[in-house]
Amino acid sequence: MNPNELGTYAKNTWCPGCGNFSIFNAVRAVLAELNYDGTPIDNVVLVSGIGCHAKIVDYLNVNSFYSIHGRTLPVAMGIKLGNPDLNVICFSGDGDCLAEGLDHLIFAAKRNIDLTLILHNNRVYGLTTGQYTPTSPKGFKGKSTPLGTEEFPINPLELMIASGATFIARGYSHGIDLLKRLFREAILHKGFSFVDVLQVCVSYFNMYEVYNKRVYEVKSSDLGNFEEALKLIRSWNYNDSESPIPLGKFYEIEAPQFDRLFPGYEPHSVDTDAMIKDVLDNLI
Amino acid sequence: MMKVVEGSYAVAHAAMCCSPDVVSAYPITPQTHIVEHLSQLVADGELRAEFLTVDSEFSALSVLVGVSAAGGRSYSSTTSQGLALMYEVLYNVSGMRLPIVMTVANRALSAPLNIWNDQQDSIGARDVGWIQLYSENVQEAVDTTVQAYKIAESLEIMTPVMVCMDGFILTHVYEPVELLDKEQVADFLPPYRPTDILDPQNPKTFGAFADPSTYTEFRYLQYEAHLKALSKIENVAKEYAEVFGRDFGGLLDAYQADDAEIIIVTMGSVVGTIKEAIDGLRAEGTKVGLVKIRSYRPFPAQALMKELKNADVIAVIEKDICVGNEAALLTDIKAAFYNSNLRMPIIGFAAGLGGRDITIKDIRKAVEKASAARKGIESQFEFLTLRKEIL
Ligand SMILES: Cc1ncc(C[n+]2csc(CCOP(=O)(O)OP(=O)(O)O)c2C)c(N)n1
Ligand code: SF4
Ligand SMILES: [Mg+2]
Repeated sequence: MNPNELGTYAKNTWCPGCGNFSIFNAVRAVLAELNYDGTPIDNVVLVSGIGCHAKIVDYLNVNSFYSIHGRTLPVAMGIKLGNPDLNVICFSGDGDCLAEGLDHLIFAAKRNIDLTLILHNNRVYGLTTGQYTPTSPKGFKGKSTPLGTEEFPINPLELMIASGATFIARGYSHGIDLLKRLFREAILHKGFSFVDVLQVCVSYFNMYEVYNKRVYEVKSSDLGNFEEALKLIRSWNYNDSESPIPLGKFYEIEAPQFDRLFPGYEPHSVDTDAMIKDVLDNLI
Repeated sequence: MMKVVEGSYAVAHAAMCCSPDVVSAYPITPQTHIVEHLSQLVADGELRAEFLTVDSEFSALSVLVGVSAAGGRSYSSTTSQGLALMYEVLYNVSGMRLPIVMTVANRALSAPLNIWNDQQDSIGARDVGWIQLYSENVQEAVDTTVQAYKIAESLEIMTPVMVCMDGFILTHVYEPVELLDKEQVADFLPPYRPTDILDPQNPKTFGAFADPSTYTEFRYLQYEAHLKALSKIENVAKEYAEVFGRDFGGLLDAYQADDAEIIIVTMGSVVGTIKEAIDGLRAEGTKVGLVKIRSYRPFPAQALMKELKNADVIAVIEKDICVGNEAALLTDIKAAFYNSNLRMPIIGFAAGLGGRDITIKDIRKAVEKASAARKGIESQFEFLTLRKEIL
């Protein structure tokens, strides 16, 4: 499948230069590839929260569900439990899933439900135009914090490894090849996959220069080593302005999946073919 | 001082003049500018308050529960999804009799996703025990904010207040507004002096268990406080007019209603359009008038009956829909009139949902329907501007 076939006619309203374009292009390429490899695109469901990130589901011609702010994961969990054969991919913002819906994130990881969560981590509320979020560095001067925040940021990866996520990685919107690799592996991983993407918001928190100087890719040879992964994850705390920022896959283990505990159910829906046949039969 | 400012700024400025100890809110369109302006006022040192940014609306209001119980004056603002998320806390606030004031920048609810104005959000929260005051324009939202604190905090009321203003239409408009003078507000609004607060010297419990032997009485006292609020709202509006020279009405306000045969009843910013429509219709000889409801909760049944008693027909136009029945205000008015001797037809329209404009033409259509209803009711309730072609 040509990735372009997965586009839609929806008008793109992301700011020029927004890191969301890389996520979009990487996801689109990976879905096309997976389709080619035998994961039918019709079996894929995209679930989004509310925010700039969420618009991605408007731009991809794939089954999708626009949820409400903060509730990306519970909706996705329901979809997955209803039909465990579906491949469910979630797009959530740092506001969406680390503020408003943080509890759901912890439970998704704790249950190790087979979902992929891509965090569009621009470290700002983009859609509401520039307020601080749980990953903004201390002192961040946003529109709701003109004097700078007083809080330290959350390290979402640390939270995820502590909560039981079985696939943890970090990418950067300036680096589409790595994003493609990480997304592909995350989607194929059985269990809860968490991919933090340092997605630059050019309008409200432009970090390109900072990230470009500091990111480096790691290739861990011991992905199942909790201590090693934690060390790597803690090597940058989303706050300090000196440490190098590792990118790549940090952790991957196998563990029982929550979604395998349920039988799933046959979806009840209208049989449109039968309805059309019925109408035609009655016409004749 | 008269200044051309954004509605959100004017309201933030009004909230500042009321000197809250703590402000807490979460950004959501079209309320965001209100909190941003407030955080700036705090940063500039104009407002000496704690400004707490939080992780959700649920937290924002919960924080204020603590603030208020500990004896602080508090302010928040939200809208739509945010108000919906606060639902559980809304009952907590009113049940604990915490006089929090909150601006609701009225907006439609999902699904489908929509960020524009209607009043479904606050109407959906009409039974949570908060007083609800609706504003016609930015100036009224400003003035009502100050009045709201005075009403909420008076000891015989001790009930939270939502000051409702139409999202975008009022929050984002730039218009000339008389900004308040902090000292003048301080003279008008006495310091917050609750009798029941969390005090280490005098321990108390908030939100305690009330079993069936006392729960009803808690609810009764809230009900009674709302009844008392009926006169309080009137009196505070009068006092306010004396000090500040502006009067948008107490429980309600009327326009060209004295000799009107057809009276429109509504709430919020559409009042302006309706007044214009009325001027046109009057010039053509149609006797139309308007009653604007300021206080939706408590519901001003007696005041309404007095104002509407001479009309031949009443047409309610409102920006909400109670799916499964009709629209809220319509039901309330009919219910209020049933046990009286007033027997004019009362018809209603849901309009302006999800931000659809209500034009003078639409108002005229409602008036035509009302006129027809005088001769016998055709339809009691309908959607005023339904695009049948896309159904
Ligand atoms: C309950 C609720 N509160 C607030 C909002 C308003 N809102 C919409 S998007 C958003 C934040 C988006 O930030 P993030 O999740 O980081 O996404 P981004 O826009 O940065 O991609 C907020 C607060 C909402 N839609 N619902
Ligand atoms: S506001 Fe930021 S995150 Fe949103 S589209 Fe623009 S650049 Fe991207
Ligand atoms: Mg964000």
